[in-house]
Amino acid sequence: MKLLDRNGLKADVYRRMSEGQFDGPGIVSLAELADGAQPAAGKLGLAIENTANVRDVERHFDSVTLIVIHFPSFGDGRGFTLARRLRRAGFGGTLRASGPLIPDQFAFALACGFDEVELPEGQIERQPVEQWRGALTAFSAPYQQGYRRPRTILEERRRNAPEAAR
Amino acid sequence: MYRYDEFDERFVRERVAQFRDQVQRRIDGALTEEEFRPLRLQNGLYLQLHAYMLRIAVPYGVLSSRQLRALATIADRYDRGYGHFTTRQNLQFNWPKLRDAPDILELLADVQMHTIQTSGNCIRNTTADQFAGVAADEIEDPRPVAELIRQWSSLHPEFAFLPRKFKIAVNGATEDRAVLKAHDVAVRIIRHAETGETGYQILAGGGLGRTPMIGKIVVDFAPKGHLLSHLEAVMRVYNAQGRRDNKYKARIKILVHEIGLPEFKARIAAELEAEGPSFRQEEVDELARIATFFARKEYETLAPHSRPYERARAANRDFAQWADTALFAHKADGYAIVTVSLKPIGGPPGDMTSDQMRAFADLADRYSLGELRVSHAQNLVLPHVKKDDLFALWRALGEHGLSTANVGLITDIIACPGLDYCALATARSIPIAQAIAQRFADPARQHDIGPLNIKISGCINACGHHHVGHIGILGLEKSGRESYQITLGGDASWNAAIGELLGPGLTADETPAAIERLVDFYLAHRLSGETFIETVKRLGAGAFKGAFAGVSRHEAA
Ligand code: SF4
Repeated sequence: MKLLDRNGLKADVYRRMSEGQFDGPGIVSLAELADGAQPAAGKLGLAIENTANVRDVERHFDSVTLIVIHFPSFGDGRGFTLARRLRRAGFGGTLRASGPLIPDQFAFALACGFDEVELPEGQIERQPVEQWRGALTAFSAPYQQGYRRPRTILEERRRNAPEAAR
Repeated sequence: MYRYDEFDERFVRERVAQFRDQVQRRIDGALTEEEFRPLRLQNGLYLQLHAYMLRIAVPYGVLSSRQLRALATIADRYDRGYGHFTTRQNLQFNWPKLRDAPDILELLADVQMHTIQTSGNCIRNTTADQFAGVAADEIEDPRPVAELIRQWSSLHPEFAFLPRKFKIAVNGATEDRAVLKAHDVAVRIIRHAETGETGYQILAGGGLGRTPMIGKIVVDFAPKGHLLSHLEAVMRVYNAQGRRDNKYKARIKILVHEIGLPEFKARIAAELEAEGPSFRQEEVDELARIATFFARKEYETLAPHSRPYERARAANRDFAQWADTALFAHKADGYAIVTVSLKPIGGPPGDMTSDQMRAFADLADRYSLGELRVSHAQNLVLPHVKKDDLFALWRALGEHGLSTANVGLITDIIACPGLDYCALATARSIPIAQAIAQRFADPARQHDIGPLNIKISGCINACGHHHVGHIGILGLEKSGRESYQITLGGDASWNAAIGELLGPGLTADETPAAIERLVDFYLAHRLSGETFIETVKRLGAGAFKGAFAGVSRHEAA
């Protein structure tokens, strides 16, 4: 698995707790969390399916530092809406998309509230980091308001409008 | 009409560059075919039976003469000299090469056009009333709202990978000319019953295809400034909960149907509630900015009646017959809206050659302030013609084979590309349309029959809207042979209805005769002044079954 964010590849400090005992921050599922799973050291990640209910996740916001949303395929866009809803509900930790996303979706993922993408084995070899970084600058500004993006076309238009029209 | 500012322009150029890069990454293997496919589709590029097909967005059906000329150039340079207008007001080229696609997109960008999201599981090109802004029965011009939706839906970060395609239509007139109830979501501009302010009624869950459904009102009235928040709420509910396990159950109509209208409305309400205040000042401001582009044209002050027009009518029967079908009431005195038929008898419905495009562009400049429209019925519209000019226009159209006097009549047939082009087709549609048109070619007979919509689809996907045709024809394949199912009583207006199946499927050869039997039955039973669909509604489709059965045996071919 390879992890990358807007700056490029990064080391993953978390590990799935189901993969065995481990000292660092761990990732658990909702079921494991309900069973009282706790990481050995401080940080806790929560892995959820893209069908998860916001209310079931929300109650753990204070105890988890990472939420991992699973993308079963790149064509399944439910994760985008779930990310947007978790951010809206107030999740301030790290949000990770895990699955075979493609570079052309990277900007969408970040806009919806994700911080990082975890790719399956082999994909980054085929789609090197430059392609992911390049995809972020493909568009200078988007149309939609209300997503996590530095600027939008509406804002640029407003800035451009003559004083009187403001 | 709307003109791109520097930001729209930059956006479309960046989209072309992105697609160029995507094609390159596909070629060098960075993208697999499976990964490339949705990217190609979201740029309007389909792999069809014989070649690629490129679908170009004509946002809400509005084109300038300059844009039509560019389309003619593309038709000549990259295709076989013609294009096909679709039931979603788009234009398709049937023979482009994949490697030329980025260059075609560049040419389109030069005239402020694109192919963004004309295909794929995303929000498709927004359609609207083809008479928007000029119709006498209009409450408010729907084009600014349609343009707002075009921009908002372009590369929406959350809704680019939906369960299935998503079609939005907008209408602002009392008569529905945009088939609102056959759309995933429809926005209807209405006047509030008490306050009189204009706002939006939102419908959802309509759609044809395998399981035809009529759209239902999900938001009774959203005031100005509240539209996009409501649309986002609907989209979010659908994206999260629409089915993804079965492609045939993935449209929003199935979700609305399965959970029921009250539950669907409750989920929208919950979504709106969670999102907070739904009013957005920037939406009001942006709509106002866009509306300036659609401000009322500078019309000349003319008398409502035109003497030259009346004289020409009286002197020339062919002209009068054409005018009876082609004209629609314009807002401005002395002007008319002219619908130009792309259904010459025996021609493929909706096709136009590059020569015709150029000639038509010239006529639009000369007689219609350089503007034209595409209708969902696959015809073109000249929206601002002086009545004084109608006779000259008609003569000029005739020189280019564009004066067929059949708009709204039995030979004004909607037909999808079918087995002649489409990879999904189970039967041909164009030849069926041609055969029916030939059978009813006599203009006097067509006028006697009056308004009648025949709609033909070449498979269950229903791109030809056969369910809502007064007579619908669906081409299927049965044990290696084409088999055509005939439905009766469909209606694409605000009183939308799904047609009723009349009986077993017919062969291609039997179909025109069966249609003729239905028409003869109508002629024999109509009350004075009654249209075909009115007679069908009065008598019921069942009453026609006897006439239909007369030919429903498969005769030896
Ligand atoms: S109805 Fe079927 S055959 Fe016709 S265009 Fe649509 S998919 Fe193709």
